[in-house]
Amino acid sequence: MGSLTLKQFHSPLLEPFDLRLNAGECTTLSGPSGSGKSRLLRALADLDPHQGEAWLDNREMTTLSGPEWRHQVGLLPAESAWWKERVGDHFQQLDKALLASLDLPAESMQWEISRLSSGERQRLSLIRLLSNKPQVLLLDEPTANLDAANIKKVEHLIGQWRRTHNTAVLWVTHDPDQQLRVGDHIWRIDTGRLQVHE
Amino acid sequence: MTLIQLTPLDLALSAILVLALALLSLRLSLGIERRLLIATLRTVIQLSLLGLVLKFLFVQSHPLLIALLALFMLFVAGYEVMARQQRHFLGIWGMGIGTLSMFISSFTVTLLALTIVIQAEPWYSVQYLIPLLGMLLGNTMSGIAIALDNLTHNAWQQRREIEAQLMLGHYWDQAIRDIRRSALRSGLIPIINAMAAAGVVSLPGMMTGQILAGAPPLEASKYQILIMLLIAAGTGFGAMAAVWIGSKRLFDERDRLRLDRLSPVKAGA
Repeated sequence: MGSLTLKQFHSPLLEPFDLRLNAGECTTLSGPSGSGKSRLLRALADLDPHQGEAWLDNREMTTLSGPEWRHQVGLLPAESAWWKERVGDHFQQLDKALLASLDLPAESMQWEISRLSSGERQRLSLIRLLSNKPQVLLLDEPTANLDAANIKKVEHLIGQWRRTHNTAVLWVTHDPDQQLRVGDHIWRIDTGRLQVHE
Repeated sequence: MTLIQLTPLDLALSAILVLALALLSLRLSLGIERRLLIATLRTVIQLSLLGLVLKFLFVQSHPLLIALLALFMLFVAGYEVMARQQRHFLGIWGMGIGTLSMFISSFTVTLLALTIVIQAEPWYSVQYLIPLLGMLLGNTMSGIAIALDNLTHNAWQQRREIEAQLMLGHYWDQAIRDIRRSALRSGLIPIINAMAAAGVVSLPGMMTGQILAGAPPLEASKYQILIMLLIAAGTGFGAMAAVWIGSKRLFDERDRLRLDRLSPVKAGA
């Protein structure tokens, strides 16, 4: 299971709101740049102080420690960061099938970070996050640096993943076609309000 | 051997050298002449005052007065540690981390040296306590200032890497581990270098002073060895305490990175 329920959740730049991300469903989030999308995702992952309640299924955020919460509510930032020399050093566990599904060879674990292209970084950081098996996925423009073929693969992977693992997904995207392709629900941020479009 | 007394003229002669340096700095527009002159003035005033205070305390050696002087030195050192940070911690933590760490390390080490090693009578005798404490504080202060500056600087530079680890569910001490290690190392390297070069390249200040004052060279060496070892221990333990408290303060109870607890970067620092 993995549903995220928000009660009077207060993120920077946004009015407090009540909303719910259902297990196994994907919601897209869009809005002008600087409207607070990334900050909302950071607050949901409990990386920034915020007010209001967030529930993962029937557990309130504060009943888990910060790291436990973030392990379950996985955030993929728009720009990935790496702190060791090689790709493999960043993985605690690895699902090899994930690599194959994004056309990455097993040797990619030996690659040096400094030699990765931005597209490789983006795909590898998605695999790094999914290997953690989070129950909720918060994705900040996960296909921004990818070509058409890889965009398709990532969309397919996430769609399949959320159905098999019953994961709730919140997907930030600016592409209206992508919103229709990947999402069951559409949220928009408009002048400080989070609005739900079906 | 007797001590050759210095006259004001002797000091004035050395001051002329510094003035010449300031003039040259002005000509080359290095922009440090102001700071150089202020620091020179501070040295002259502060050391003269210390001489006067110690002269007074040698006669009037009341434990309370000695304690007061020791505390004064501690707080000034705590302030200096904060002033040397590009981004220091806000609020009471700014001075608190350095002051507390120096209190733990310098005061304990001085106390141990006085009671167990030197066994001065009484243990708080000014002649031993103040010079020992001064040298320990001075060196510990540098080590802690460098280590803390390294910690906050790197945490700021690598905030994305730290947060990437937090996002994957890592705990704060895991996410800061490498940065903390490098901060500790940077704080300890100056004293390690000083110990390695002592006597071969550099003649340490205290030993020089004792020899100038007419002490037998071997006695001076022994005191210098004692001091070097105490400084190494004091700096090491002080830097560890400071880096540990500082790195913990960079995160809150939810293991969030809280760079908002640091001051904005100072101009010219």
